[in-house]
Amino acid sequence: MTGRGLKTAMPRKSETLPIWSASDIVAARQTVRQWAIDMKFTLVDQTKIVTAASELARNTLQHGGGGTMQIETDENGPYVGLRLTFVDKGPGIPDIQAAMKDGYTTGGGMGLGLSGSKRLMSHFEIETKVGEGTRVVVTRWK
Amino acid sequence: MERIPILRMGSLLLVTIQVDMHDQLAMTLQDDLTTAIAKYDSRGVLIDISSLEIVDSFIGRMLANIAAMSRVLDAHTVLVGMQPAVAITLVELGMSLPGVRTALNVESGMELLHSLDDRQGAEDGDAAEV
Repeated sequence: MTGRGLKTAMPRKSETLPIWSASDIVAARQTVRQWAIDMKFTLVDQTKIVTAASELARNTLQHGGGGTMQIETDENGPYVGLRLTFVDKGPGIPDIQAAMKDGYTTGGGMGLGLSGSKRLMSHFEIETKVGEGTRVVVTRWK
Repeated sequence: MERIPILRMGSLLLVTIQVDMHDQLAMTLQDDLTTAIAKYDSRGVLIDISSLEIVDSFIGRMLANIAAMSRVLDAHTVLVGMQPAVAITLVELGMSLPGVRTALNVESGMELLHSLDDRQGAEDGDAAEV
C-alpha cells in the first residue's frame, strides 16, 4: 500500500473497488484492513472500520444491487481519518428514519447494517433517493 | 465447492474457522453443521473463531443460528477464542449474541460442553435397560 504516488508526508490517496459479488465484500474488507494498518489505526479501530465496511458493502450489494466503495484519507486540521464512500444506483431507501433503526430489516438480516456502522464510525452520512440510489459516507478519525 | 471442514470427535463436532468467509461459505457451514448434528447424533459443537479478525452481523447471525439449531436438535454449541477487538466491535455493532455460549479457549470450551451434556448420566441408565 505504501509508495503509490507519495508526495507529501500524509498524501491524499484514493482507491475504488467494485461491490458486485459476495467475494467483492471479502476483498473490500481486506483492502480496508490494509489501509487501516498503513494509517496506524489501533487494532480495535481497525476491527471497527473493517466491520463497518463489511456491513455497508453488503448493503450496497443486497439492497443497492451492487456499486462501488471508495477508500480515501481525510484530513481535518490536525486530525487524520479514513473515509469510505459506498455508492449504488439501486432502488433507494423510501423510509430512511426506519432504515436507521436497530432491527429494521427488509433483507432478512439483523437490521444492524446502517445503525451498527454508524456506531462503529466517527462520522456517518447517508443520501438516498427513491429510484436513483444511495450514497453512504463514513469516516473514522484517529 | 469450497467448504469449512467439520471434525467429528466422539459425540462432539469441532470447527475451526480460519478463512475470511464470504457469505455463501458461512451459510454452507450453517447447513453442514446442522446436518452433521442430526447425522451423527452429536451432543455438542465447538466453534473456534480465534483466527477470525472480524465478526459482522452476517457471521454473527450465522453463529446465533447454529447455536439455536443445535439446541433444537438436542445439542449445545460453544463458541471459543473470540479476539477482544472482535468482542468490543460486535457489542458496539449491536450484537451481543444472546443464547450463544462462549469460552475463552478450546480447552475450557470442551470442559463446558462436557458439563452441558445432560445425557451423559442418563446414557448409563439407557445402556442398562437394553
